[in-house]
Amino acid sequence: MLSVTEHKEIEFSANLISKFEEIVTRYPEGKQKSALLPILHLVQAEYGWVSPEAMDKIAAFLQIQAIEVYEVATFYTMFFMRPQGKFVLEVCRTGPCCLVGAEKIMHHIEKTLGVKEGEVTADGNFSWRGVECLAACGMAPVLQIGPEYTFHENLTEESVDKLIENLKNKI
Amino acid sequence: MARKLLLENINVPGIHTFDVYRQHGGYRSVEKALKTMTPDAVVEEVKTSGLRGRGGAGFPTGMKWSFLAKPEGIERYLVCNADESEPGTFKDRYLMTHIPHLLIEGMIVSSFALGAKTSYIYVRGEMMPQIRILERAIAEAKNAGFLGKNILGSGYDLELYVQPGGGAYICGEETALIESLEGKRGNPRIKPPFPAISGVWACPTVVNNVETIAAVVPIINDGGEEYSKVGNGRSTGTKLISASGNLNKPGVYEIELGLPVEEFIYSEEYCGGIANGKRLKAVVAGGSSVPILPANLILKTINGQPRLMSYESLSDGGFQTGSMLGSGGFIAFDEDQCIVRNTWNFARFYHHESCGQCSPCREGTGWMEKVLHNLENGHGKMSDIDLLVDVSKKIEGNTICPLGDAAAWPVASAIRHFRDEFEWHITNSKTAMEQNYGLAKYADPLPKLEEAIQN
Repeated sequence: MLSVTEHKEIEFSANLISKFEEIVTRYPEGKQKSALLPILHLVQAEYGWVSPEAMDKIAAFLQIQAIEVYEVATFYTMFFMRPQGKFVLEVCRTGPCCLVGAEKIMHHIEKTLGVKEGEVTADGNFSWRGVECLAACGMAPVLQIGPEYTFHENLTEESVDKLIENLKNKI
Repeated sequence: MARKLLLENINVPGIHTFDVYRQHGGYRSVEKALKTMTPDAVVEEVKTSGLRGRGGAGFPTGMKWSFLAKPEGIERYLVCNADESEPGTFKDRYLMTHIPHLLIEGMIVSSFALGAKTSYIYVRGEMMPQIRILERAIAEAKNAGFLGKNILGSGYDLELYVQPGGGAYICGEETALIESLEGKRGNPRIKPPFPAISGVWACPTVVNNVETIAAVVPIINDGGEEYSKVGNGRSTGTKLISASGNLNKPGVYEIELGLPVEEFIYSEEYCGGIANGKRLKAVVAGGSSVPILPANLILKTINGQPRLMSYESLSDGGFQTGSMLGSGGFIAFDEDQCIVRNTWNFARFYHHESCGQCSPCREGTGWMEKVLHNLENGHGKMSDIDLLVDVSKKIEGNTICPLGDAAAWPVASAIRHFRDEFEWHITNSKTAMEQNYGLAKYADPLPKLEEAIQN
C-alpha cells in the first residue's frame, strides 16, 4: 500500500541523477520512460524503499505523470512501498524449493528473527518474506538479500544462523 | 560423454572473462558472420539447423526470424528474454553466470542477422549479480571491438544494453516483456499484431530466450546442417536441462535431445538417481506449467516405448498421458512428496503472478488456490475435485496470454493422474494432515490407457 502519512521532500544526489541520465541514453529519443525500472532499482538501493515522494521526483525527471510511476512500482514485487529492515531476507517459497525444505527454513527465520513475514525487527535491522521462484531450484532452498541481491544456496538451519550472525556483524 | 555445444568450456578457469573465452574459440562466429556472410545467410543457417525456441514454446527460431518486418527507415530490435522465472528452470542463470560471453556473442550474430542496431537483454531484476556480470562482459567485448561502431571493420554498428525487470513472472511472456521494457506494467498485449510487426516502441522486434541466442553460436561456427545432425528427429541440437527436486545430483545439464528420461534420472553422468535411496513418484518435465506425470508415465510412453527427452517424445500421448519439454525445468518428486500440497503451491504461484487483465485467470487462479488450500488442510469436499477441473477448463484458452493455460495445466494434470490421492485427502483428512499418501501405484508397470486417465 502507498503510505501517505507524511510528506517529506527529498533531493536525489548528483551522483544518482548522473546515473539516471546515463540510463536514459540507452533508449531512442522520447522513449525515456523505459528507464523507469532501472531508476526504481537505483532509488530503492539508495533509500531502502520507494517512497511516494521519490516516485514523484522520478516522474518529474522522466517527464511522465506520477501515476505512471505508481502503477509500475506497485505492479512489480521487488519494489517496497514501505520501509524495510536494513537487510531483507527473501526466501524462495515455490514448489522445487519446498520439495527440499524451504518451509522449514522460513519457520526457522521467523523464529530466529522473532518477527512475522513482512514485519521489521525492533532494531530496524531485519525483515523477511517468502518470494516466488528465484530460478535457482537446483541449489534449493535459496534466499537472496538486496540491494546487491547476494545469493545463498543449499540452506540449512545452521547456515541460516551463520548468515544472520554475519549480517549482524556488518551493522 | 555426450556432445556439448554450449557448455563445452564451462569448467575452464576464467571462461567468464573475454580473454580466456576468446582463447577458447570465442567470438569466431562473429568474425565468420560479419566478414563472410550476409544477414539473410545467417537466418538461413538458423532455419537449416532446426533450432526451436528454448524458452518453452519450442517455435522454430529461423521461422520466427523470417517473420520480422523490415520496413524502410524504421529501426528493428532484438530483445533477449532473460526473465527466467518458470519454477524449476535455472539454466539461463547458470549460463549467464559462468559463460556470459556466449550470450553476448550470440546476441551480436543474431542482431546482425536481423539488422538490429540496438539490442537489449532483459534480465529479471532479482538477478542483479548476473546483470553486473553481463555489463562487465559487454564492456570487455566493446573494448575488443566486437560491439559499438563498425564492428571488425564490417560497417555494422551494434549497441547492447542490459535491462532489469522488477520481479514479475509474467514478463517472461514476450509482449509483457516488451511492455516492461517500455517502462510499463507487464500486461501482455493482444496478438496480432505480433512483435515481429509491432514490438518495442511499435517497431518490429524479435524476442528470443537466452539459450536460443546462445545456440546460434555453434550453428554459425559449424553450420546449420551439422547442428541438425545432433539430437533426434525434429528435436535438433542440445538442450540445457535444469534438474531439481529430490535428485542425488540436481543441477544444469546439457543433453543431446533424444536422451532417454530413465538415463537422465538414474545415470551417474546426469542426476545419479533419487536422493536418500527413495523411489521416484512423479516428474514435472518442463517447468511448473507443463502437466505432471507419475513415475511410470514419465519413464515410458503409454505404448510402452522408452520416454525420451525431446519435444516429440515428452508430448507423446497428448495431455492424456504425455507432457511437454517446455523450458527444460525437470522437477523430480520422491515417494514422500504430497501431490496435493505441491499443486496448491503451484496454484498459489500462478495466482500471485497473474497480471489481472483477464477475468478467467485473475479470478480462476485465486479460486483454484483457495480450493486446493482447503483440500490440503483437511477441509475439502468430494465435489471440490470436479470444481477444480471445471475452473481449470474455464481458464484454459480464455486468456490473452498463455499464463492462463500454464495455471490450468498443473491442476488439471495432477487430478488426471493423482485423483485417488486427492480423494484420500478428503476421505482421510485427519491422517492426511500427519502423513503423506506415499508412492501408491504411481511407479507400477504401465496401466492401460483407460486406467491411466482417471479424469
